[in-house]
This record gives sequence, C-alpha cells and structure tokens, in this order.
Amino acid sequence: MQFIDANLLTIIITLPLAGALALLFVPKEKTGLIKNLALGISAAALLFSLRLYFAFDAADAAMQFAVNKPWLPDWGINYRLGVDGISLLMLMLTAFLTPLAILASFNSIQEHQKAFYASLLALQTGMMGVFAAMDVFLFYVFWEAMLIPMYFLIGVWGGHRRVYAALKFFIYTMLGSVLMLAAIIFVYLAHKAQFGTYSFALADFCGTAFPLKTQLWLCATFALAFAIKVPLFPFHTWLPDAHVEAPTAGSVILAGVLLKMGVYGYLRFAVPMFPAAAQSFAPWLALLGVIGVVYGSLVAWSQPDMKKMVAYSSVAHMGLIVLGIAAFEPAAVSGAVLQMVNHGLSTGALFLIVGILYERRHTRMIEDYGGLAKAMPGFSAVFMIVMLSSIGLPGLNGFVGEFLVLFGSFRTYPWLSAAAVSGVILSAVYMLGMYQRVVFGPVTHEENKRLPDLNAREWAYMLPLLAFIILIGIYPAPFLRKIDAAVRTYVTAVQKPESALAGERGSHKPQATNKERR
Amino acid sequence: MTGNFYPLLKWIILPPLAGFVLNGGIGKRFLGEKGGGWLGAAAILLAFIFSFLCFSDLLNLPAGHRLLRDTLFNWISAGSFSIDFALRFDPLSAVMALVVTGVSFLIHVYSIGYMRGDKGFNRYFSYLNLFVFFMLILVLADNPILMFVGWEGVGLCSYLLIGFWYEDEKNAAAGKKAFITNRVGDAGFLIGLMLLSYLLARQGVSGLDFETLALNINLLDGGTVLGFGAPTVIGLLLFFGATGKSAQFPLYIWLPDAMAGPTPVSALIHAATMVTAGVYMLARMSFLYALAPRALEVVLVTGVFTALLGAVIAALQSDIKKVLAYSTISQIGYMFMAAGTGAYAAGIFHLTTHAFFKALLFLAAGSVIHGMAGEQEMFRMGGLSKEMRFTFALTAVGWLAISGIPPLAGFYSKDLVLEHVYAHGVPVLWYAGLATAGLTAYYVTRLLALTFLGGKNSETHAHESPLLMTIPMAALAALALTGGWLGSKYLLAFLDPASARAEISPEAFRLTMISVITALAGVASGFFFAIPAISDALARRLSIAREVVYNKFYVDEIYAFAVIRPLKRLADKVCFGFLDAGLIDGLLVNGAARLTYRTGAVLRNLQTGNAQGYALTFTGGLILLLYWIM
Amino acid sequence: MPFEHLLVLSFILFALAAAGFLTHKNTIVLLMFAELMLNAANLALAAFAKLSGSPEPQIFILMIFAVAAAEAGVGLALIILLARNLKTLDIDEIRNLKG
Repeated sequence: MQFIDANLLTIIITLPLAGALALLFVPKEKTGLIKNLALGISAAALLFSLRLYFAFDAADAAMQFAVNKPWLPDWGINYRLGVDGISLLMLMLTAFLTPLAILASFNSIQEHQKAFYASLLALQTGMMGVFAAMDVFLFYVFWEAMLIPMYFLIGVWGGHRRVYAALKFFIYTMLGSVLMLAAIIFVYLAHKAQFGTYSFALADFCGTAFPLKTQLWLCATFALAFAIKVPLFPFHTWLPDAHVEAPTAGSVILAGVLLKMGVYGYLRFAVPMFPAAAQSFAPWLALLGVIGVVYGSLVAWSQPDMKKMVAYSSVAHMGLIVLGIAAFEPAAVSGAVLQMVNHGLSTGALFLIVGILYERRHTRMIEDYGGLAKAMPGFSAVFMIVMLSSIGLPGLNGFVGEFLVLFGSFRTYPWLSAAAVSGVILSAVYMLGMYQRVVFGPVTHEENKRLPDLNAREWAYMLPLLAFIILIGIYPAPFLRKIDAAVRTYVTAVQKPESALAGERGSHKPQATNKERR
Repeated sequence: MTGNFYPLLKWIILPPLAGFVLNGGIGKRFLGEKGGGWLGAAAILLAFIFSFLCFSDLLNLPAGHRLLRDTLFNWISAGSFSIDFALRFDPLSAVMALVVTGVSFLIHVYSIGYMRGDKGFNRYFSYLNLFVFFMLILVLADNPILMFVGWEGVGLCSYLLIGFWYEDEKNAAAGKKAFITNRVGDAGFLIGLMLLSYLLARQGVSGLDFETLALNINLLDGGTVLGFGAPTVIGLLLFFGATGKSAQFPLYIWLPDAMAGPTPVSALIHAATMVTAGVYMLARMSFLYALAPRALEVVLVTGVFTALLGAVIAALQSDIKKVLAYSTISQIGYMFMAAGTGAYAAGIFHLTTHAFFKALLFLAAGSVIHGMAGEQEMFRMGGLSKEMRFTFALTAVGWLAISGIPPLAGFYSKDLVLEHVYAHGVPVLWYAGLATAGLTAYYVTRLLALTFLGGKNSETHAHESPLLMTIPMAALAALALTGGWLGSKYLLAFLDPASARAEISPEAFRLTMISVITALAGVASGFFFAIPAISDALARRLSIAREVVYNKFYVDEIYAFAVIRPLKRLADKVCFGFLDAGLIDGLLVNGAARLTYRTGAVLRNLQTGNAQGYALTFTGGLILLLYWIM
Repeated sequence: MPFEHLLVLSFILFALAAAGFLTHKNTIVLLMFAELMLNAANLALAAFAKLSGSPEPQIFILMIFAVAAAEAGVGLALIILLARNLKTLDIDEIRNLKG
C-alpha cells in the first residue's frame, strides 16, 4: 500500500499506456478479449484514481502526491508530478469517462479494434499526464502526445469527412501549441538568465519575473493556445467538425476531457505565470466567453445535426466556464471548475445518447427521428434527465455550476454575467426544440417504430453518469470542498490585495458605499 | 438564527418525492393502475397531514413569532456563498403548503377516475407527485436560491404534463412554449437575485436566506442602479420572473396553450398552484417591495391590465378550457393588484379562494369533457344539466363563487382586493378592476349557459362522471362555498396579524354594493347574450373587433414576428451562415488552408521533373556560391 | 609539373564533365559524366596532397573511390530498373518527379 501511495500518480498515468502496449500482444481476432482487457485496464485506473480521491487532503493547499525525479537534469527537466483539488477533479473525470467511452464502443467499432482501444488507452495516459504534470516540459510532452491518438481516433474511425476533421483538429491545436512552445522556451531562458540555473519546474516558471509588456506577449501566446483548446469564440470552428466526425467514444473524450485542458491551462499555467498580464486580459477573456455563450447557443439552434448541435452547445458551456475563471472570484472559479466536471458529464452523456441513436439508425439528423418516446421509453427518460442537466435545471448538476459562475462573476463583471444569463433561455430553446423533435410527436419514420430500447450495456454506461448528474445537483458540497483550497490559491495569485472585494472579507468599505449612493 | 428548529418539516416534502420515485421507477411494472394512483394520492395525503401537524404546532406559537425552520444540509458552499437546503414554515408558507397539498390531494383522487385506462397512467402520477414536491420546495424554501429550485422544478413538471400526450405534436409544442416562456421570466428573476446578492455582498452581507435578506434590505435603500433605486430594479426583475410563472402580461401567452395537458393538470398546475407562485414570491419578498414603491406601481398596473385583458379575451373564447385559462390569467391579475397595493394578505386570500373555485371549475370542465368523450367546444355542448346533474350543480357553485356573488368565496376575496385598489387612490385602476369583475361574471355565466342550459347541440350522449371524480369536486365546492367567509374571519388575521380588515375604507359597504351589483349585471348579461339569436346578431355587428379579441389580440403572432423570427434569422443567417460557416470557418480557417494549398500549387510548377533542369539550377547555384565566397 | 597546371587540368576536366552532364540525354552517359566529375575532384585532391606533403588528401581520394564504386553499383542497378520499367533511358522522358 505504501508503495502504491508513493507512486500513485505514476501508476495512474502509466497504467493505461502499459495496457495499450499489452493490447498489442493480443491476437487481433480475439476481439472479446481485447474489449474486456481495455475495459479492465481503464477500470483499474479508475480504482487507483478513487484511491487518489479519497487519500487527497482537501484542507491542504499544496501540491499533493508530489513526485520529483531527475529526467534530463542538465536541462532542468524533471519528472515532476502533483495534484491539487482542480487537477484531482479533472483526473477523476478522465478516469471516470474513459471506461464509459470504451464500453460505449463495443458495438460501434468493428474495424481495427485492437488499434482503437490501444489509442483510447494511450490517449488516457496523455490526458492524465497533462493534469498531473508539474514540469512545463513534461506537460508539453503530454499535451502534444495526446494529439496523436486523438488524431487517429478521428481520422481512422470517424465519419465521412474524417480526414478533413482530423487534420483541422490537428493543425488548429498545433498552431496554438507551437506558439506556446516558443513562449515556454523564452521563459526557460529568461529563468536561466535571472537565476543562473536551467529549470522547467512550474514553480520556477511562476517565479520568473518579467516587465509587463513582455508578460503581455507571453501570456497572449499561452492564452491563444488554450483558447483554441477550450475553444473560445472565434477559435472554435475545429470543434463541430471534430465532434461530428469522431466516433462516439472520441466525442465523449473530446468534449468531456480535452476541452477542459484549455481551461485547466489557464488555471494552472497562463494565469499563475503571468498574473499581471492575465489581469489585463481577463475582461477580454470574459467577453469572449460571454460571446461564446450567446453565439454558441444561437448557432446550436440552427443545426439540423444533433451532434453538431451538441458541439456548439459545448462552445456555449465552455464560454460560461471561461467567464467564471476570468472573474477571479472564489465562488465563480469554484463554479467554473465544477462546471467543467458537469459539462464533462452532461455533454459526454449527450454524445453517448446521440451515439446510441446513431448505432440504431445510422443518422444523426434530427428530422430523421420523432416520436421515439413510444418505442424507447427508457432511453427517452435518460435523454430527458441529461438534457435538463445540460440546460442547467436546478436540482441537477448543471445548475450548481451555472449558479456559482453567474452569481460569482456578477461581482466582477455585472454586465457580462447578466448577458450570460441569456444562455439560460437560449439553451432551453435549442435543447428542448431538439428533444421535442426527436422524442415527442408522432412517429414519422416507419423504421423508428421498432427501435429497441436501451440494452444492459447501454444502461451500464448511462446509469453512472445519471447518478453523478443527480448527486452533484443535490449534494455538490464534497466536490466543492476538494477544490476550495486550490481555487483560493489561484485567486490570491492574481488579486492584488487592494483589488479584493470589500464583501469578500466581510468588512464595511465606506468608499464603495458612497459610490453606490451617488 | 431565529425560528425554531423543527425536523418535521422535511416530512412534508418527502412523501411526494417518494411517490415520484416509486411511480416513475417501478410503477408500470409492479404497481399497475390501481396501486400507482392510490400511492400517488396517499403520498399527497401524507404531505397534507404533515403540513397540518406543522400548522397546528405553528398556531401554538405566539402571533409574532410563528416561524419553524429545518435545515437539511449545506447545499452549495463556495467562496462567500453558502446556501443551505433549508425549509421554513411561517404563516405564509403554511397557507400555501396547506392549499397546495389539500387541493393536490383532491385532484389526485379525481385523476384516478379521470385518467383511468390511459397507458401513461403511472407516468402521469409520478409527474404529478414530482410537481407537488417542487411546489412544496418553492413555498417552503428558506432562501431564494432553493426557491428557484422549486420555481424551475414546477416549470419542468408543467412542461412534462402539458406535453403528457406527447404523440400529438401540438401538445409537445405547447409544453415547450410554456417552458421557454417561463425561462425568459426566470432569466429576469436570476438577474434580480444576482443583483441583490451582489449589492448586499458589497455591504458585507453574504447570507441569502430570507431572514438575513429582510434584516439587511435597508442597506440597499438609497442605492441606485442605472439611475433607478436598487430595490426598484431588483423588484422589477423579480417581478418579471413572476410574470412568466404567473402568466401575466407580457409573458402570459403560454398559459392558454398549456390547456393541451390533461384537465386535472390544468386544474392543479395552471389554476390552483403553480401559476400563483409569482404572487407567493412577491409576498415572500415583501420586505424588498416595501422599499420599492415604484416597482409596486408597475405590479399594480400590470395586474389591472392583465386582469382586464384576460377577461376580455375569455369573454369570446369558445373552447371551455380556454375560457378558464384566460379567466385564470385575469384572476391572477387580481392577486397582483392586491400585491401592488401592498396588501399581500389580500392577494394570498384571493389566491386561496381562487384555488378552490377555479380548481372546481376546471374539474367540472374535465368532468364535462370526460362525459362528452373529449369534446371541448362549448357551442357543441348545451343542455347538459339534465344528463350531468351533479356536475351541473357543482359548476353552479363555482360559477357563483367566481362571479363574486355573496356569500361565496370569490366575493370576499375579490371584494377585498378591489377595496384595496380603491383605497390606493387611482380611480382608473379601480374602474378597470370593477369592469373586470363584471366581465368575469359575464363570461362564466356564458360558459355555464352554453354548456349546461339550452338545447343540445350534439349527438353525443353525455354520462355523469364516476364518484371518484365527483366527490373531490364536491369537497372543492364546499370550500368554494365557505372558504371566503372562513378566510376573511381567520386567514387574514393569521397571515397578517398587524392589520385588521375593517379599517381599509370607510366606504366599504358602498363599494361592496357596487361590486355586487356589477357582478349581478355581468351574470344577467351573460344569460342575455347566451341566447343564440342575440349573440349571432352581436357577432355580425362587431365582427372585426371580435376577430381581434378572439385571436388574443394577435400577441402570439406579434411575438413570433418581432422576437422569434428575427432571432432565428439571426441564428441561421448571421451567426451560423455568415459568421461561422462564412467568415470564421470559410474565409479565415479554410481560407488559410486554401492559401497554403494555392501557394503550393504555384510553386510546384518549378518542379519540372527534368533531372537535367535540376542539375542546371544546381550548377548555377554552385557558381553563384563560389562567386560570393571568392 | 607545377601545382597550378594540375589544378587547371582538374578544373577543365570538371567543367567538361559538368557540361557533358547537362547536355547529354542518355542516363548511362550521365552516370559516366558524374564519375568523371568525381575523378576531377580526385585529381585536385592529389595535387593538394603533393603540395602539402601530408597523407590526408589521399585518404579522401580513397574514400571517394569507394563512394564512386558504390554509387556506380547502385546507379547502374537503378538504371537497369528504369530501363526495364520505362523502356527508355532518355532523361527527358523520365519525369516522374514533376510536381
């Protein structure tokens, strides 16, 4: 047990990759074994992650389960890992979604099965690594390595325009990350110039001081790389294509985890490294976020393709999350982090739902459905709950995050958060519209009359999602507690003491009152 | 924390939740129709009993200190926000909880008869239980955020129940319309709460429970937002939410369509309980509105306008449920009138009596529709008084109650509201209120006459409804008969111990006489114009005006033309067509790709494939290099 | 023989070979001209070896012999394949590298 605890992060990160390698030795005809092995490995990773979750001390603001072993010491590159509350939730989300994605692929993936599951597991290693890396070089390695399996997932097992989508996804992301790499090297050399030693440690990067103008440039490159990943308006157009063409499992992972990396990048890298620049960029980020909310919702409304609609709804949701993290208000940031989990669950579930329909009818067009409630009552109920979670109905998970983001960021950007509330209306417009046309109404297509309801395997991956959708809606406290310390660290890293809100400290500020009175 | 810790409160909300889970989860397979229906009704009865127990304990407390609280757990806690899942039980919540559970129980029993044989029977009862659960959360919540859970939750149940017979596209669309219209209001409500929480946080107040808000609301006094008083702006935003939920102008358009749901649902959700949530919310936030007289003016004017508008439209509808729907809109207008004059107790009083007689009327309409095998068109009914004696008698009670004939329930509460409006001092509003009262009496009489009196207009042989349906109606009729008198005697003092009823206006007797005369005039004209020859002549004379009113002043069409179509066009053409597919993805992203590709296409011409050509270039380069070096 | 003469001879040889390489069409002839260029370079190296008296240029010469032999081997193999597949040895006809 002690050995496991000391190397818990390493185990969680390497286990899926080891599994992927092990898969390569299984003869490719034994597809059953391949599926079960992949599922087992991801389940094992989930078990270890649970151990991590429960051993994590919410009261401790420092990086926990830290590992620091020399890798290329002459260059200051170390194998540094660690988790705080934010990373922890992201790791849990990844560990939770991967087995579900694997389970969802059992039927829909019929070609090159071995390579598919190996890619998925390799992808998991990359994602876990990104969330746990505390060394910028290591982070970059995972960040880029993750692209490759995702590229293949889209490009090999995707839809008709898969090559276009995969290429677009790849080039878009590369464009951002290459700029970021340049900025990383710049900071790395600047650190050497200031302190005389080479180091890629995140803490050292944060400790390197720059004049404001340099900070602005550096921060902008990081911000761009992460904005593409989020994706923020107007860097979002890779997302609908990638989602539409990706296989269900790819969409689930893409929406559930990969998009979170952009926001995570802001929380972990862009903002703590360049707090002053981040502060001057924050209003613009918030603005782009809110534009994303309105714009994403509107565009989602005009999509005839379910998957594309869900993809654009992601743009809206992620916009709200960015508004939350740009507000630098503890409640808003907590809400944003929770909303990252919520979005992973509900949008992941939505993609699974579209996948379930696609498996049966091989079309994603809304107009090809209608009246499904009759043939598939269980499916319709599940779909209903997931849809309501996505539009932020109180009592389900989406509301808690939305509430905290909106109420928290209202203290920093009253106008922007008030505008973001329009997302509440618009999300209902497009989601309910889609739900109505798919599930309600008369059965307009003969072939929809005999669609089978959810089978045991489908229940098996939808039920855990539903459980968390309801649990977080009713009792989010344990999750919020885990991230509290990390969020405070993030907020205080940015806020100069004098810009803190009067209300935050519970003190009475006469100046603010006067301004209000005038 | 003031108030007494009282763990019994949670037991009010738990039975409906359990009913929902059981009926929704295993109902169809294990409970069947009989078990599911009675389980649903029993759950509500249990909630009613618990409410009553809490109520009796509340009565034992001294008048000024009637408050019970129950904190279940800390719900959301982050940054400076800490929201408890906490319930409160004070006179206001107590009245609402009793009305909600009491009327719901009767309607549940009625539904067992009404929904017999429907294949979604268990689904129906699970939704209905879920609705009661959310409604109880709404009225028992100890903070506006938890209240919002109930607020949106009842909206969801309304959506589900309106579209209950989802196979008809129209029903599903009506449900969607209700939900989205409500959400428009909810957005205003949310912004109001955000503003409230923000302004209080600036003053160092981070608690959001009603007690803390009421204690600290004075900190907002004098503060301004965009040049208006902060309480006024917040009050208006919250009221905007109320116009959505309570179907007031300008967001009332969803309620008439909501009649697509089963009739007991219309009785419960769209007459007795959910649609009155806005009035409850105003009463709950009365401490805020005390600082915002201008917001109250808006509430008052909106109430008066909606009441009149609803009554005018109701007077010309031919669908029995549509008449009642517009009547509901109009009656809720009365409640807002009362709230707008600051007489919240009167508003809640009218809410209570309205719950009795409007639920009764809806159930009676349901009974008629049930008896006529689904017919809702009044002109195809007529003469039903012989075939459905019992229903007719009960409808008559509802008819007299809503018309404001003493000593039935509607008389007391409506009269009280009108007295407050009169005392408020703007005569126009009072006249409008009075006209509404006359119109109300007119359209209900018309409904009664067209449905039950005169000759038969259809072949259908109507049958009286089973006892399961008539007994709940009888119970409601008893309440509609006595509720007004009881209410004016006990309810008002219970809700608002400080103010007694007598001292409102010295001219109370004169006012009462006027409104009774108006009501009688309305009834008389209702009978008069129901005579086919007269109504036909009038219809020809006023055909254009009639057309406009019958089509609800084309408000739906105006919204579609002015809001929805432009927005959809913005989404389709500008956002997706021009910006997304055209500018960003087409020109910039794929444009960059195309540019790269085209540059390559030009440059590839240099690659002739002629090896000697390459060699020549190479030699030339070499010579140039040598020249440059030496 | 003076050092400069040797260099001039090597240069002339190289220039002739290069000119031949650019003007002839037959692939085998081109290969021979390429060999000739290598030998011109060898000649220059030999001249330098004589001038400096050190053995290093001669090492280069040996190296080039080896490379030239290998190149001839691979090159001729390629030419045979080309001839077999394309039925021509005319360099103008072989344009598979056209972009």
